[in-house]
Amino acid sequence: MQWLLIAISLAFMGLFLVMPLYAVFHEALRQGVGVFFQSLQSRDAQSAIRLTLLVAAIAVPLNVVFGICAAWAIAKYEFKGKAFLITLIDLPFSVSPVISGLVYVLLFGSGSLLGPWLRANGVEILFAVPGIVLATIFVTFPFVARELIPLMQDQGTGDEEAAISLGANGWQTFFRVTLPNIKWGLLYGVLLCNARAMGEFGAVAVVSGKIRGQTTTMPLQVEMLYNEYNGTAAFALASLLALLALVTLVLKSILEWRFGDELAASGRH
Amino acid sequence: MQVSVKNVRKEFDRFPALHDVSLDIVSGELIALLGPSGSGKTTLLRLIAGLEYPTSGAIYFGDEDASHKSVQERNVGFVFQHYALFRHMTILENVSFGLKVRPRETRPAAAEIRRKALELLDLVQLSGLEKRYPNQLSGGQRQRVALARALAIEPRVLLLDEPFGALDAQVRRELRKWLREIHDRTGHTTVFVTHDQEEALELSDRLCVMSQGRIEQVGTPDDVYDRPASPFVFGFIGESSELPATVENGEFWVDGRAIGVAATDQAPGKGKLYFRPHDVDLVEADAALAGVVAGHRRVGGTRRVELSVGGDHRKVELDLPFDHPAGEKTRLAFRPRRWRFFPEAV
Repeated sequence: MQWLLIAISLAFMGLFLVMPLYAVFHEALRQGVGVFFQSLQSRDAQSAIRLTLLVAAIAVPLNVVFGICAAWAIAKYEFKGKAFLITLIDLPFSVSPVISGLVYVLLFGSGSLLGPWLRANGVEILFAVPGIVLATIFVTFPFVARELIPLMQDQGTGDEEAAISLGANGWQTFFRVTLPNIKWGLLYGVLLCNARAMGEFGAVAVVSGKIRGQTTTMPLQVEMLYNEYNGTAAFALASLLALLALVTLVLKSILEWRFGDELAASGRH
Repeated sequence: MQVSVKNVRKEFDRFPALHDVSLDIVSGELIALLGPSGSGKTTLLRLIAGLEYPTSGAIYFGDEDASHKSVQERNVGFVFQHYALFRHMTILENVSFGLKVRPRETRPAAAEIRRKALELLDLVQLSGLEKRYPNQLSGGQRQRVALARALAIEPRVLLLDEPFGALDAQVRRELRKWLREIHDRTGHTTVFVTHDQEEALELSDRLCVMSQGRIEQVGTPDDVYDRPASPFVFGFIGESSELPATVENGEFWVDGRAIGVAATDQAPGKGKLYFRPHDVDLVEADAALAGVVAGHRRVGGTRRVELSVGGDHRKVELDLPFDHPAGEKTRLAFRPRRWRFFPEAV
């Protein structure tokens, strides 16, 4: 029975996870390593990679700051509307990414109140980098906060109270006591947040406008190349994303293995 | 440092945790805040520390009104119930934390901080463990690190929240003795919270018994044990039995019988008679309390006998020497040797 269950799980995983992964790398390298690197070095591919890195570089740090603030507020203070705030943080998980993108179109599009005013003042949000960043931040917001809330709730306020009773001010308490206590959980959240930020398709597709070489991120570029029957180039770029996923997976496993007791939610993802 | 709590009231979400509490803590004394859970003792300690602020009333450190000063400004040493040691720091780093976070003008040199921290570790008998991390220490050792860390900032007052609550009985007794020694050596004004009356009686110069957000009695251990000010204090400090009684003709009457105990200085009327299991004499006389032995068990060097007294079978406990022949009897007559009578509120 035990072996049957294990065999079924392994066969299922092989079919749905390992084979596609193999297919991605196989397709990417079918015409040789030369073509693989060539397609990665094309102007559009380079631009897509740069844009993806840029978006992640903006979205992840912002979500780290907001995530810590939100988790801190929720875990360490009692206030009205706390349950509502937790629900709000979960909103991006429960809303389809396409809807998240559409929200920004409605907010900043030409038919909205804000859009024409911003455009008149020379600020482009939709079909430009700011829109992509906003959509990515929205979609990836829960990762850091969700990871930290149970961890910080679990740790309570004892250490912080001890620090201030010893004379530490707010910043000293945060950097010397709170941050070291949550650092592995935070890193874990950042990892997941980053993976999602780089891989996000739906929300970004709606707001990007897919201007080649300007507003296409890697996932968008992959889709465009594929639709143009440029299989090798598409899979070359896709293999980079798959590689990112694998690295994330390995780091995540290392974190869970090494610091499992400090990751309150390690079993959940 | 003398600390005065003046008419302090504290509410949490409109729910009062302390009602109009006043307490003077004498400089250099070791005072216990004793009470059952929910009595407000920890709240009072946190108010003194500045971890909470009073809803009304004031707290003075010496002549200075500290009510609105932050915990940092009050400069108190606080030892938390679960120690709250910084788990990512070594023992030495934990103890030096309070000095390292001082603003540059008042911060001692690094070498000086290290010397001081090592000296404190020596005081709490943990020399040689300075490179360990908190999770490598036993509960008793962590407790001592927490105390050294609190002492490092040269606090004006030392506050301990259930300092021995999480330790096993043996370590507890050792640390109790040791805390008393440290206190006598350093002379810090020390306030500690406990729900263990034995601990409070043994350790403190004075104790402050609290119940339901109010102070019931403040006094030396002898005062509180021998002259409890209220039925609550009598019942909470040590073992006790109670019987409804009446004072008439200068004597106590229980169930319509004189029990042969003179009601010295008591006004006639109804009330309750309290006495401790070890404060009774067995008698052969008629004028006495009598009861049927309902059971007995060995408690340390004595035998505790449970009697059922009167028609409504009220339980009374007596302590007898374990080899006392009365332990075999089915019926015992006794008189309280020492007692307290609390008249019914009219």
